[in-house]
Amino acid sequence: MQAASSEGARAGAVAERVLRIRELGLVAALALLIVGTAILEPRFIEASSLRNLALNASILAILAVGQTLVIVTRNVDLSTGSVLGLSAFLAGDLLQGHPGMALPLVFLLGIALGAACGLFNGILVTWGQVPALVVTLGTLYAFRGLAFLWTDGRQVNAETLPDPFLNLGSDSIAGVPILVLIAIVIVLIVGQWLRDYRPGRELYAIGSNPEGARLAGLRADRRVLIAFVLAGALSGLGGVLFTARFGTVDATAGVGYELTVIAAAVVGGVAIFGGTGTVYGAALGALLLGTITSSLIVLRVEAFWQQAAIGALLLLAIALDRLLAVRVDARLRRRSARRAN
Amino acid sequence: MNESAVPLLELRDGSKSYGAVRALRHGNISLRPGEVRALVGENGAGKSTLVKVLGGVVRPDEGELLVDGQEASFHSPVDARKVGVAVIYQEPTLFPDLSVAENVVMGRHPRGALRRIDRGAMHEEVQGLLDRLGVRLSPESPVRGLSIADQQIVEIAKALSFDARILIMDEPTAALSGPEVERLFGVVHTLRDQGSAVLFISHRLDEVFAICNTVTVMRDGAVVHEAPIADTTPDDMVRRMVGRELSALFPKQAAQIGPPVLDVHRLTREGVFFDVSFQVRAGEIVALAGLVGAGRSEVARAIFGIDRADAGHVDVSGRRLPVGRPQAAMGAGIAFVPEDRRVQGLVMDLSIARNATLTRLRALTRLGLIRLGAENRLTREWADRLRLRFHRLEDPVGFLSGGNQQKVVLAKWLATEPKLLILDEPTRGIDVGTKSEVHGLMSELAGRGVAVLMISSELPEVLGMADRVLVMHEGRLTEELSRDDADEERVMRAATGVEAA
Repeated sequence: MQAASSEGARAGAVAERVLRIRELGLVAALALLIVGTAILEPRFIEASSLRNLALNASILAILAVGQTLVIVTRNVDLSTGSVLGLSAFLAGDLLQGHPGMALPLVFLLGIALGAACGLFNGILVTWGQVPALVVTLGTLYAFRGLAFLWTDGRQVNAETLPDPFLNLGSDSIAGVPILVLIAIVIVLIVGQWLRDYRPGRELYAIGSNPEGARLAGLRADRRVLIAFVLAGALSGLGGVLFTARFGTVDATAGVGYELTVIAAAVVGGVAIFGGTGTVYGAALGALLLGTITSSLIVLRVEAFWQQAAIGALLLLAIALDRLLAVRVDARLRRRSARRAN
Repeated sequence: MNESAVPLLELRDGSKSYGAVRALRHGNISLRPGEVRALVGENGAGKSTLVKVLGGVVRPDEGELLVDGQEASFHSPVDARKVGVAVIYQEPTLFPDLSVAENVVMGRHPRGALRRIDRGAMHEEVQGLLDRLGVRLSPESPVRGLSIADQQIVEIAKALSFDARILIMDEPTAALSGPEVERLFGVVHTLRDQGSAVLFISHRLDEVFAICNTVTVMRDGAVVHEAPIADTTPDDMVRRMVGRELSALFPKQAAQIGPPVLDVHRLTREGVFFDVSFQVRAGEIVALAGLVGAGRSEVARAIFGIDRADAGHVDVSGRRLPVGRPQAAMGAGIAFVPEDRRVQGLVMDLSIARNATLTRLRALTRLGLIRLGAENRLTREWADRLRLRFHRLEDPVGFLSGGNQQKVVLAKWLATEPKLLILDEPTRGIDVGTKSEVHGLMSELAGRGVAVLMISSELPEVLGMADRVLVMHEGRLTEELSRDDADEERVMRAATGVEAA
């Protein structure tokens, strides 16, 4: 019995190791990319440049965390960029009109707007029984349309925003930009929640086998709804931070983010069919995608090739996953054969 | 069992209709402490509906449900679980991406400080359950990749983990081999002695007589008979199930044995099976026997080219098959009816007609379009020959009962007029009536010169149908017995690796 359980534990360890290989691989790719770019263009690793890199990746990482919550349940949220746009403009508009407004209130309102959008998505997906792909494709356009209607061609400019707010997007605490700190805190909190709390584990169960989750008595609809609301809230937070970082906001803020965010999650090892993946991986994926984009810009690569590079990375990540899965499968097979003999 | 005790769970005159179909009527069943009750009946007799009512998955249209003598109603599986009802369904309902331990405790993880999941306690608890079941499984290993038998064990551990008082098992032994069945019976006995009630659904009557003390027989959606097991006989039970006398159970007719059709030469797949060589001749039925996990299905998959063999080769009618190409195997005249018809054999959402003609699409296509008339004609022809019971050919094949689904898989392959038919557990989970129809069909095909390779875990089927029995043990072919030499003891001895005395 003892020997048997240690065998099994090792099988578990193999699976665990694969996940770690995955995240280590991302870190290695990141290091390779930064070193390679630095050799060609030393200015790439100047402090200000790296800072920019981290700042750009932060908002993407926050959105990728939200996206992971949804994808894990075998759903998807395509509206994330549009929600970001709405909340970014809300923050700008509020502060432009009431420069003295308390900043926490602005954040709260931005997050609440995002959560409301997420709730709308979630209700249609759970009670409406409409596939998430269709629902959020619809709200991708609908929310963006609302933003255009609301802004009515206006633009929020940095000059009209209070300095304390803009400083949030650029200041540092102990050398680390505030934006990056916020992203790290969110990644850690959500990461722990998914790993060590019942509702988090239930999201994986729902994505892994929806029918099984129902029979196990999980309140799947409610959990999926929560995932959408959290994803919306994080997009809302991302929107407020977007305004703080860039200062200039119009109705097109965050256009196209949804695909980058999903790409970041997939590169980070979040399976698009649900059930596996971590927010740590997704955040690393966001960092990697952000770094590639910056690196290609620094190296003055044409825009077309930038897109192609991201595409290639995505395909590489998927191919790698498949390869690893096959290898692990073969190894478990050989092991079980040894056990039988 | 105490006959006067108040039943833990009782259904009185329950009924349930789906549209115009009455899936259940006169649903009367009661489960007392210490009772192990068998629920038997042909497929489509309403057993699954009855189980779903007891498990809180569907609500009956009429009828009374009583828990401990008190009227109750289940709105969801959670309600049923709360009063101690655990159902182990035919199809495991596990989460493949999660570990064994998480599958067992999902929704009820043990928690420590700050409501965090206590992984140590979780693994300890699940290890304890697995030890109680006497299985070599680690709580930490992922469920993806576990055999069906192991998945079933995980389901049972799940039921034990919330101290179920009423355990309902829907054909738990269908996928298990001998020792695994023994282990399961041990668990059932323990539960019985602890005062729990067990409802045991099985098509294997020998098992019913081995562990049950009462029996409920269903036919055509209604409970038709109820008795202590001691007051009934297998023949009596079968008669009540089918409502008619069965002709000989295994109608194997003598057939003209011809030249070899299949020649498997030293086939090996690393870690799965080794050095497997055998022949199947025209008109011959060869059974591949052995325990679950001995590598029988894997050999069949490698012959058909679904899995790549690492060494060795396969000849069909003297022509070498390319490795790992099912298309080529089909072209050479092999038909393969897989073990798991729901996943590997059928496209559940497609219509009966489309499923039945999938292998013949090219012949039914003109200018790239499927000719619906021809599709329906071909299906109707096979539906007649196989006595398929269906409502409309356009219905999704998932609407059919298990036995009828299997007939559709058979139709699909027989339409290709194969030279070699490979059947993996052809009658698993199929009712007695359909079973003998499938057996009759196999026999008829052999009579027409088709070579048949049958994998089966049911010894009576192996002994009754096969001209020759090959036995596998842990990936190797360990015994070959002619029809006359084969008996239960010799096959089991080879399958379990016990040397002949």
